[in-house]
Amino acid sequence: MEYIAGIAILIGINLIAVLGLSILTGFTGLFSFGHAGFMAIGAYIAAIFTARLHLPFVLAIAAGAAAAGFISWLLGLITLNLKGDYFCIATMGFGEAVRVILNNIPYVGGARGWESLPKLTNAWWVIGLDIVCVIVTWNLINSRHGRNLVAVREEELAAQMSGINVFRQKMIALVISAVFAGIAGALMANYMQYIRPTMFNMVKSTDLTIMVIFGGLGSISGSILGTAILVSLPEVFRNFAQWRLVIYGLAVIVIMVSRPQGLVGGMELTPSGIRKVMSARKAKAALAAETKALEKRGEI
Amino acid sequence: MSAILELKGLTKCFGGLTAVGNVSFQVKEGGISGLIGPNGAGKTTIFNLITGVYKVTSGDILFQGRSISGREPYQIADAGITRTFQNIRLFKNLSAFDNVLTACHTSAKYSILESVCRLPRYWREEKALREKATSLLEIMGLSDRADVVSSNLPYGLQRRLEITRALALDPKLLLLDEPAAGMNPDETKDLMRLIGEVRDRFNLSVLVIEHHMDLIMGVCEHIHVLNFGQSLADGTPEEVSNDPKVVEAYLGGEGKKSC
Repeated sequence: MEYIAGIAILIGINLIAVLGLSILTGFTGLFSFGHAGFMAIGAYIAAIFTARLHLPFVLAIAAGAAAAGFISWLLGLITLNLKGDYFCIATMGFGEAVRVILNNIPYVGGARGWESLPKLTNAWWVIGLDIVCVIVTWNLINSRHGRNLVAVREEELAAQMSGINVFRQKMIALVISAVFAGIAGALMANYMQYIRPTMFNMVKSTDLTIMVIFGGLGSISGSILGTAILVSLPEVFRNFAQWRLVIYGLAVIVIMVSRPQGLVGGMELTPSGIRKVMSARKAKAALAAETKALEKRGEI
Repeated sequence: MSAILELKGLTKCFGGLTAVGNVSFQVKEGGISGLIGPNGAGKTTIFNLITGVYKVTSGDILFQGRSISGREPYQIADAGITRTFQNIRLFKNLSAFDNVLTACHTSAKYSILESVCRLPRYWREEKALREKATSLLEIMGLSDRADVVSSNLPYGLQRRLEITRALALDPKLLLLDEPAAGMNPDETKDLMRLIGEVRDRFNLSVLVIEHHMDLIMGVCEHIHVLNFGQSLADGTPEEVSNDPKVVEAYLGGEGKKSC
């Protein structure tokens, strides 16, 4: 039972980081391979607050989130003018840089890691913050600000011509995603009670991105589903030892080949979301039928 | 009538190539003006300069008497100039309604915090935005296609949707980049009517780039002709179409060929 609760908490923690990345990658169309770096910043700042300064956990989480957000703002200032792939590479470099810097700070344990942090993260913290983050993401996406993010993803030039400050929108997405990653990092540090720089390497960053893509770009419910499946999959197949990672990889490949848009890409698994997809299909079918009828009458 | 847009000695160089050289003309307030010229004459470049996509090399662009050169594209759109594109650029995966709704964003002022916390202003303004998008689609005859994902729309309707999206920003000047490209004569006729209607209904000025001479001669009150980035002629449709220089640019010179 405790084992399952443990997996659930891991899902909950990862979910926060994935939701943030979903805003950046799924809705704004910017790929990042450095979000583990923001998690690391959140984790280490929170650990300093709880283990060294003995401050309340809530302050530690807030500080971790704020620090990650601030660093992402600085990173955004210099990298967000880069086009697609270059931004992606810049984030990759950032993530690795954070890890290498942490390796060389003895105050936080350096490369050996930092042990015996207080265990402050419990199910309530995780559930509470998950709910808050889902609501924040949902409300943001379903507003004019969220629509502007999607416009940037869909067609940057047209977005500019529609009066959207593309740079600002990208910055908003980046900072929010980093804040979420920072919160996840803070929870992680005080749940594992042990952190070291290699926990936040590029593999971790890619894992987060894979969860977003696996669940489906541009879908909050997809990100939730993707996280739940991909975090629990290696645990479910733990008996198969090394094979579990093969199964993990296989699952990702199968989904990407059979459903390139991800499990539920571009739609939401809510009553209104499903209605929307249905009405779009119906409208498309009606259009096709009309065109066909016109063709028959020889008008086209 | 005063000029809503005035280009003064506008020049744009890409490296050693002068794409637009010393072009000056005016778009009259409330008028429909045409910008024509053979391929590569610099028409779209001028649109890109007006909308801030390219930075002006020299010269100035005045919109309602104020210089807008050097401003960011989104600021120019906010100021009241919107455009459509030669190769349609819709938000492809969004429905027709969402395309227009997205572009309505400048009519609402609620902040990120207000949207995240769903404060009263969010609900009030969001309702107004939806009403605005609905009525725009209705005016433009797209209501029954509101739910269609925009990339699934037929070509003519995609063009129409793009104009609708541009109107969602309440522009004072609408730039249309080859709106009739790829349309058959019937569709072109519809489009001509539409451009006139839009101008009257939304009380704006229009500048059109077009190759279809029927359309240009039919709707434009004033035409500016470009060739190789230089101004060639300027005047009413009759004046322009009788100008020997324009005829030469389009059909080639007389009696100079060696064969």
